[in-house]
Amino acid sequence: MDYQNKEKELQRDIIKMIYEAGSGHAGGSLSVLDILMVLYYDVMKTDPENPDWEDRDRLVLSKGHACPALYAILADRGYFPKEELWTLRKLGSRLQGHPDANKTPGVDCNTGSLGQGASIAAGMAMGAKYLKKDYHVYTVIGDGESQEGMIWEVAMSAAHFKLDNFTMILDHNGLQIDGSNDDVMGIGDICGKFAASGWNVIRVKDGHDFDEIRLALGQRCDKKPTFICCETVKGHGVSFMENDYGWHGKTIDTPTYEAAMKELGGR
Amino acid sequence: MAESMRTAYAEALIELGKTNEKVVVLDADLGHTTMTCAFQEQFPEKHFNFGIAEENMICGAAGFSKAGLVPFASTMAMFGMGRAFEQIRNTVCYMNANVKLAFSHPGISVGADGGSHQTVEDLAVMRCLPHMRIFAPCDPVEMKKAVFTAARMEGPVYIRISRPDVENITDENTPFIPGKANIVRNGEDVCIMATGLMVHDALKAADRLEEEGISAAVVNFHTIKPIDKDMILQMAGRVRAIVTAEEHTVLGGFGSAVAEVLCGQNVGFAMVGIEDRFGQSGQPEELFREYGLTPENIYDKCKMLLSKSGK
Repeated sequence: MDYQNKEKELQRDIIKMIYEAGSGHAGGSLSVLDILMVLYYDVMKTDPENPDWEDRDRLVLSKGHACPALYAILADRGYFPKEELWTLRKLGSRLQGHPDANKTPGVDCNTGSLGQGASIAAGMAMGAKYLKKDYHVYTVIGDGESQEGMIWEVAMSAAHFKLDNFTMILDHNGLQIDGSNDDVMGIGDICGKFAASGWNVIRVKDGHDFDEIRLALGQRCDKKPTFICCETVKGHGVSFMENDYGWHGKTIDTPTYEAAMKELGGR
Repeated sequence: MAESMRTAYAEALIELGKTNEKVVVLDADLGHTTMTCAFQEQFPEKHFNFGIAEENMICGAAGFSKAGLVPFASTMAMFGMGRAFEQIRNTVCYMNANVKLAFSHPGISVGADGGSHQTVEDLAVMRCLPHMRIFAPCDPVEMKKAVFTAARMEGPVYIRISRPDVENITDENTPFIPGKANIVRNGEDVCIMATGLMVHDALKAADRLEEEGISAAVVNFHTIKPIDKDMILQMAGRVRAIVTAEEHTVLGGFGSAVAEVLCGQNVGFAMVGIEDRFGQSGQPEELFREYGLTPENIYDKCKMLLSKSGK
């Protein structure tokens, strides 16, 4: 697959979805996109024809507000028609403002309230171990999300229960709604914290380098959960959105939409 | 002989451990309080202790359910309902996850631990959540049926497990149909609708009324949600007064649920429950007197309503 072209196409989908919806979270959707692409196109065992296949790998997007990225990928993989993307956040749509597993084919779990998805995902991994299933459970969290206490409850429990079928990926773009992590609430040496909690910790210097992400996802460790810290850029791909916390959840107006689409090679 | 509701809960779980391969039990370091330690002893591989982290336990339970299992998450009601409310709301109920919440120590019968540990608002909180079903058994026999029934049902169920030992009012043959209240005693003048421990006091109040020639029905509402509307309306058409009794705040709880159904009906109505107060330390029986959760108070309320209606 031509990753670069596919990435551009999905970036355009994300911008158009949020523009059509009149609201949504562009910054975090664009920062997490490449991580989700590697998972859904390369790494995870999934079957779009059979979204509830019992032995599939699971992905819980704990930073649920970034769901436009997930929806764009699921549509591209054929879980539902692409035209449905433009119904995001509208009454009656299967594409809710935050993920709803009961509505959207391919979405493994409801999320939206930060911290909870990571914990549900760890529970899924515990259930898989109990049932002696060999599927893997992935969760993607945000760095602002790591300020939630639940993340640290999971840091303890996933190590305690030796969940080597569980991988938590941090979309580390450094920004949250009110500013930078450091200005709002510093998250400190987060890799060191997970390592000290007993996790297998891997750093990805460029969270937009497909090969580096792929390599990291292959490095598991017996009897330990894996934590992968991906350094990413909020708003990645649209120059005027990059590294600007203002683009966390701002409405995309028509001039902005046109400017973004032009950069992304669209009309 | 009085028996423990919590032991009945644990015995039911052990039975499920033998018969239902999907059942697992989750704890938050209170296995010796909720008595799930007895299950753990027999089925260590089916028991998961999350430590003192109720939020993680509740979401973890949802994860187990997504893997196709039937998790029972146990802790004290205060920390399950209180600490993990949003997890119950957004993860368990919003996703309609097949999670069973079995929380012990509701109400003031907790006793000496005091107000911080006495959940008098759990029914109100759980009741307003879509998909949630609520069982509040009145005795150990009924507790076991509630647990077995919850395990068979799809979706979220909350089981309220009272702390004190109580005599059995029901027996093996008493039906336990979710949403169908049971008439424990027939009566024509007044109906006492009670839930949980208060069913016992309701029967004592009915005895006293009978001594004065007043015929009092007693209905056991083991299910708070869905509430048995048919029973409530049927009684409203039969008796002149209805009194509810619950070990819970009168704001939003069982009495409120009955009142919502009774709205517009021509029948006297009063509630016995905790009046917008926190609990405090004391022996359970002292606290029940202090907060008016007594047969005498139920009796007084019945008499007051009947005198208003002309008897």
